[in-house]
Amino acid sequence: MSLKKSILKITAAAVVSATAGAATAEVLFWSTQAKPVEEAQAMREQVLAGAGDVDYQPNDGGPWLTRLNAELQAGSGSIGVLGALHGDFSAMDPADLVDLDGVAMSASDTFNELAKLGTDNMQYIPWMQASYIMAASKKALPYLPEGADIDALTYDQLIEWAGNIKEATGEAKFGFPAGPKGLKHRFFQGYLYPSYTDGVVRTFASDAAVTAWEKMRELWAVTNPASTNFSFLQEQLLNGDAWIAFDHTSRLAGAFNERPDDFVAFPAPAGPTGRGFMPVIAGVAIPRTAPDMEASKAVVAHMLKPETQLATLRATNFFPVVDVELPGDLPPAVQAAGSAVAKMSGSADANPGLLPAGLGALGGEFSQLYTETFERIVLGGQDIRMVLDQHKERLQDIMNESGAPCWAPDAASDGPCPVE
Amino acid sequence: MSTAATDMPGNTRKAGRYVYIAAVVLLCAWVIVPLYFLLINTLSSPEAVNSFPKSFIPEFDLGSLSFFANFAGMLTALKNSIIVAGLTMIMSIAIGAPAGYALSRFDFPGKELFRMLILLTRAFPLPLLALPLAVMFIRTGLDDTAFGLALVHTTLAVPFAVLITFSLFSGIPIELEEAAWTLGCTRLTAFTKVVLPLILPGITASAIFAFVISWNEVFAAAVLTIENRTLTAFLLQNLDTSPLHLKFAGGFILVVPALIFIFAVRKYLFAMWGIANR
Amino acid sequence: MNPRILPYVLILPVTLFLCLFFLYPFVLVSQQAFSTGSGFTLDNFKDVMSHWKFPISLKNTLYLAAAVVPFQLALALLMATMVSKMKKGRDLVLYVWTIPLGISDLAAGIIWLAIFEQSGFLNSMMSGLGFIDRPMNLLSYQTPALVFLAIALAEIWRATAIMLVILVAGIGLIPKEYYEAAEVFGASPWKRFTRITLPLLRPSLSTALVLRVILAFEVFAVVQALGGTLFPVLMGETYKYQFELLDGGSAAAIALIILLISIAFTLLILRALRVPKGATI
Repeated sequence: MSLKKSILKITAAAVVSATAGAATAEVLFWSTQAKPVEEAQAMREQVLAGAGDVDYQPNDGGPWLTRLNAELQAGSGSIGVLGALHGDFSAMDPADLVDLDGVAMSASDTFNELAKLGTDNMQYIPWMQASYIMAASKKALPYLPEGADIDALTYDQLIEWAGNIKEATGEAKFGFPAGPKGLKHRFFQGYLYPSYTDGVVRTFASDAAVTAWEKMRELWAVTNPASTNFSFLQEQLLNGDAWIAFDHTSRLAGAFNERPDDFVAFPAPAGPTGRGFMPVIAGVAIPRTAPDMEASKAVVAHMLKPETQLATLRATNFFPVVDVELPGDLPPAVQAAGSAVAKMSGSADANPGLLPAGLGALGGEFSQLYTETFERIVLGGQDIRMVLDQHKERLQDIMNESGAPCWAPDAASDGPCPVE
Repeated sequence: MSTAATDMPGNTRKAGRYVYIAAVVLLCAWVIVPLYFLLINTLSSPEAVNSFPKSFIPEFDLGSLSFFANFAGMLTALKNSIIVAGLTMIMSIAIGAPAGYALSRFDFPGKELFRMLILLTRAFPLPLLALPLAVMFIRTGLDDTAFGLALVHTTLAVPFAVLITFSLFSGIPIELEEAAWTLGCTRLTAFTKVVLPLILPGITASAIFAFVISWNEVFAAAVLTIENRTLTAFLLQNLDTSPLHLKFAGGFILVVPALIFIFAVRKYLFAMWGIANR
Repeated sequence: MNPRILPYVLILPVTLFLCLFFLYPFVLVSQQAFSTGSGFTLDNFKDVMSHWKFPISLKNTLYLAAAVVPFQLALALLMATMVSKMKKGRDLVLYVWTIPLGISDLAAGIIWLAIFEQSGFLNSMMSGLGFIDRPMNLLSYQTPALVFLAIALAEIWRATAIMLVILVAGIGLIPKEYYEAAEVFGASPWKRFTRITLPLLRPSLSTALVLRVILAFEVFAVVQALGGTLFPVLMGETYKYQFELLDGGSAAAIALIILLISIAFTLLILRALRVPKGATI
């Protein structure tokens, strides 16, 4: 019977391969970044080509964390280098990460301080940075409100703009990353709140916050209602479901790289208290269970070399964290995003925020709170004041439990950041 | 009821026949059309994938597929997937079928409890169990082996194996076996000569389940294999963040081997009428 | 061998196997559900059940199962009877009908999103036929019924084949003589179906139903692809607690709640479709 034969064959092959998986000297680079297949391929072929034997494996957050925790619990493992966002690292126990002082350094003192995760030593090395910006299809430009400068929009103008499009085409064409993997919480934390309340935590339930959420409702009214499925706005820009979009620079990159002439990138809008925006920082770290510490440190050092940083920029659309001259021949997405970010941070009313720091394992719950506030107020249509007052207590609990002091744009605090 | 048609005389009978055929065709289309859409998107250029309205005829652009052809490690991952799925198949039947037989033929204390335990295994999400399993595997050296992953996949597949073989053994009259015993067979020879041929299609069915479950499982595969990544862990978990055209091409690449496998074993699965219509 | 020992010998391998690879990690994970760091507590259960999303996800999960499973059962029965009457092309038709077996839920999500999204195939078809002027938004928060329908269709497409295979195998084992005898007595096809096929199919029916119901409570990937954040289900909440909120205790608590619901339904189905003791098939 041929089925039997093929089963035998499979068994034989399995035994061979099960015994053949001998140890190699590869450094396993276990990452949550550069996941899209093309980016992962570019990481392997370009960024890590000169770094010796490195096995770059990007993963979803779930498997990434599960494997890492398993190795930490078992006390031995194969992961050599971790690549993840600041938030992923800050949720970890700093004792599980090897101190990296002297291995490499980013050019930004702010980033280096964040990377200490509240300890005295570098727990991770800032690796690359990005931000959130706006992008629009050129089809949307004729509908810009009169007198509006696309590089200095206000939230009111954005709402009017999207409203003009809706009126003219009958469709809401603003795209917002409210999908399951969308980064909506960062919009509230780094953009809406700073622009309307000049704070994130202290001002969570202030009267200005009520105004902010009213604006959010107005914006949502001219937002493509399918936005609850959108997580990577480049897709909707390309297929025309969205004409104007807010998202992470690397999640808009596909649109610019595929049809560079069809889209424009521009700064996030401003509110009464300035043009709020926030950086994204990814870092590299070494878990205490890394099999070959020296090789891992060599990979970390390699990631911070200027030429690696430029290769990383081309591969992932994340910008360097070291001082390096940007060449002229960068991909369209990098050029577009770079100039939008520069305009945003250079604008007169810039109100830069920092990433949440000191929240530890409660970082996820912190973001969840903002997402739920959005879901209840905007999607569920519940009373703004009521929702804010209810969530205010939970926010204060999170701050007290983690002991996190305020970060910019909130005014500094002694002890846990108070919700006012 | 479309099956009623065969007994009615004349025109009604003919009409019934048409309804029957139409229903079969419709149900086939229901299954195939979504897959056809996947094929269209796989064979489309990135522009066409994003265009509206969509074309209903593929333009045979092989760009997305050839991207994966050049993807380092695809073949190794494919091989690993087949090995893991094959091992899962063998193990789940080897340990599942005897239990299915026991459930159908014997009344024994603890039978209900046993059945609940079997069912429990499918009612708890694997991603939560993956952490303790991975710790165990790292400590015992099973980590990052095809065999280790196959053990986990067998845990997922074995309830199917037990329950399917149980229901099929139950469908075979015990009298058949008893008759064989009176004709001088032992329990074992009665089983191999009488029951086994009858049950073969059912075993094939559970083999297909085992293969497909293992083939499509992502989470444990992503956590428990590093060097020996399966194709699914290699591709699927990163697809959702990839550009649309690659998403579809990757999905297509994953679907095809599973379809080929089902096609290859279909005659064992569907030969059952020949044997069973006694 | 002694028939009193034999069954235990037969179930021993699978029992040992599951104790090692399921029960052991399961016990470890379950313990988390009952602790928040200090001693035994039910706080995790209280927390997850008092969260405002819990009743919605529970309701969604149950409604979806209630809409999908009975339909799938009827469809699978219909398909199985149709295929058993077939003379020509049976292999091909059955092969086609079992194709979705080989398609993972993640891939199924990708496929069905391509159909239902605003610039997707369904809108292309409708605008091609002139039903609509411009693409409709099928998966928006304004049309929860459509979202539900889309998810249900995708689930029916994806997971009916599992039941079909089990039922087809079961029907194949029903002795032909029963039907021949029934025909002699002039029983109508409907009668033959209700009096012979259905009762004799009980073991297969209960297997198919139980497996399907359990899997229906764990539905996640297709729902996430089509429903986005609009249609929370229990399994999605589990993953949220585990991987986003890093709260293993609460994740384990929801998973245990799902487990309890599954057990309850399993017992119900097994009871309803039990083959009476002493009855021979």
